[in-house]
Amino acid sequence: MIPPLAVEFDWDVVGRYLFNPLIREGAWRTIQVAVAAQLLGVVLGLLFALMRISRNPVTSVFSGFYVWFFRGTPVLLQLFILYFGIPQMVGSQTFTRELTAFRAAILAFGVNEGAYMSEIVRAGILSVEAGQMDAAKSLGMTQLQAMRHVVLPQALRVVVPPTGNEFIAMLKNTSLASAISLVELLYASNLIYSSNFKFMELLVVAAIWYLAMTSVFSLLQAELERLLAVGERERPETLFSRALTLMGGRRGI
Amino acid sequence: MAEPVVRAVDVHKRFGRLEVLRGVDMDVARGEVVVLIGPSGSGKTTFLRCINHLERVDGGRIYVDGELVGYREKNGRLVEDREREVARKRGAIGMVFQRFNLFPHLTALGNVVEAPLRVKKLSRREAGEMGRELLGKVGLADKLDAYPSQLSGGQQQRVAIARALAMQPKLMLFDEATSALDPELVGEVLEVMKSLAHEGMTMIVVSHEMGFTREAADRIVFMDEGVIVEEGPPEELFARPLQPRTQAFLSKIL
Repeated sequence: MIPPLAVEFDWDVVGRYLFNPLIREGAWRTIQVAVAAQLLGVVLGLLFALMRISRNPVTSVFSGFYVWFFRGTPVLLQLFILYFGIPQMVGSQTFTRELTAFRAAILAFGVNEGAYMSEIVRAGILSVEAGQMDAAKSLGMTQLQAMRHVVLPQALRVVVPPTGNEFIAMLKNTSLASAISLVELLYASNLIYSSNFKFMELLVVAAIWYLAMTSVFSLLQAELERLLAVGERERPETLFSRALTLMGGRRGI
Repeated sequence: MAEPVVRAVDVHKRFGRLEVLRGVDMDVARGEVVVLIGPSGSGKTTFLRCINHLERVDGGRIYVDGELVGYREKNGRLVEDREREVARKRGAIGMVFQRFNLFPHLTALGNVVEAPLRVKKLSRREAGEMGRELLGKVGLADKLDAYPSQLSGGQQQRVAIARALAMQPKLMLFDEATSALDPELVGEVLEVMKSLAHEGMTMIVVSHEMGFTREAADRIVFMDEGVIVEEGPPEELFARPLQPRTQAFLSKIL
């Protein structure tokens, strides 16, 4: 028996809307935007990190400028510039029509994320000791080959935890897209409480979904970190290998 | 007379305002084993790293098998070479580091085959066969699937030697290869280096191991403060050092 929180709050309403189709659609949209934007951010981050540490002054300065601008302005501002400002300047009906709120959200959040990811990747690369690059080069690898086969695989372990952090923030930041009327989770709950006035109940519904998504992701991240502990002296057992053992017999994993 | 494998002419190198190499001239013949000795800061390691262009040279020239490494000669001046060319030439020079620098995310066999796979584009089968053979040669046939963190220092360094040999270099550079090892592990690495020398590999070794030097070196070069002070065969240099600086240094380590 849940004691009543206050006169005007009803858990039944929460239960009733928890799996509402609009809410589910919003949650799914949230995940889609977050994943797509984060992937875009990781790719851009890798690219700009390599540009930043390159000896070429043009790419290095350009990358520095990109990081400065996209970290220096609010992501909501960047979203508005992309969704409202740029179509105004381009002045093409086709462009405005093709730039849906969904695509604009992914693009704006992705490009913004790239600026943060580039610093994370750069830190990861710096964490790999210089001797690794020396050894790779002395074996005849070019800088790029050394990066790809020796440095970046090692940087990955250092890059994953903060990237996981970024993704959790991304999941929540997608709620900003409600400002351009994208039907993600928060906007979906707004739409519902605008008509039934059950503000708190619907916000609790949204909160439950956000918590569920971020929690599941945290577990996945922990598992990924265990999987990446290749070559370490003390390898934590992954849930995957634990599950295999339970199902009967280890197979040298 | 056959062309020397390494020819260094008046090599200068500076780090900021510190002049580390102040005019080094050296020839190393094919199959010769040269051991560089000298106090720390004398420029031995820097010189080694200039040979395979891990460090840039500020003056002079270094030729490996008749070619400049890392540079092209253009109108009498040195111009930095394209990366692909530098990498190609580096592949023919093997280097073994004091701290091993094994790739921790790969097994022993993985370390050895990585460069042949990626640089020489060997097939996995060919690279694997060569890798197994090389690891067998250094006495680690039973450690193919071990990760560096599971190996002792001596084993790691032997894997590093096998890894450098996998690229079939014509010259091997050893930068204080045993200095970071526990004393009881030094021997196994020196054995590998000795057998390599006996097989006729051209080697330039920076080392403090005088036992190895006496047995395997064709020539000792004593460096101090960025210049070569004295050089000669071990028997002569150890028995009759001519320069006072050489005498002072040798009295401390022999």
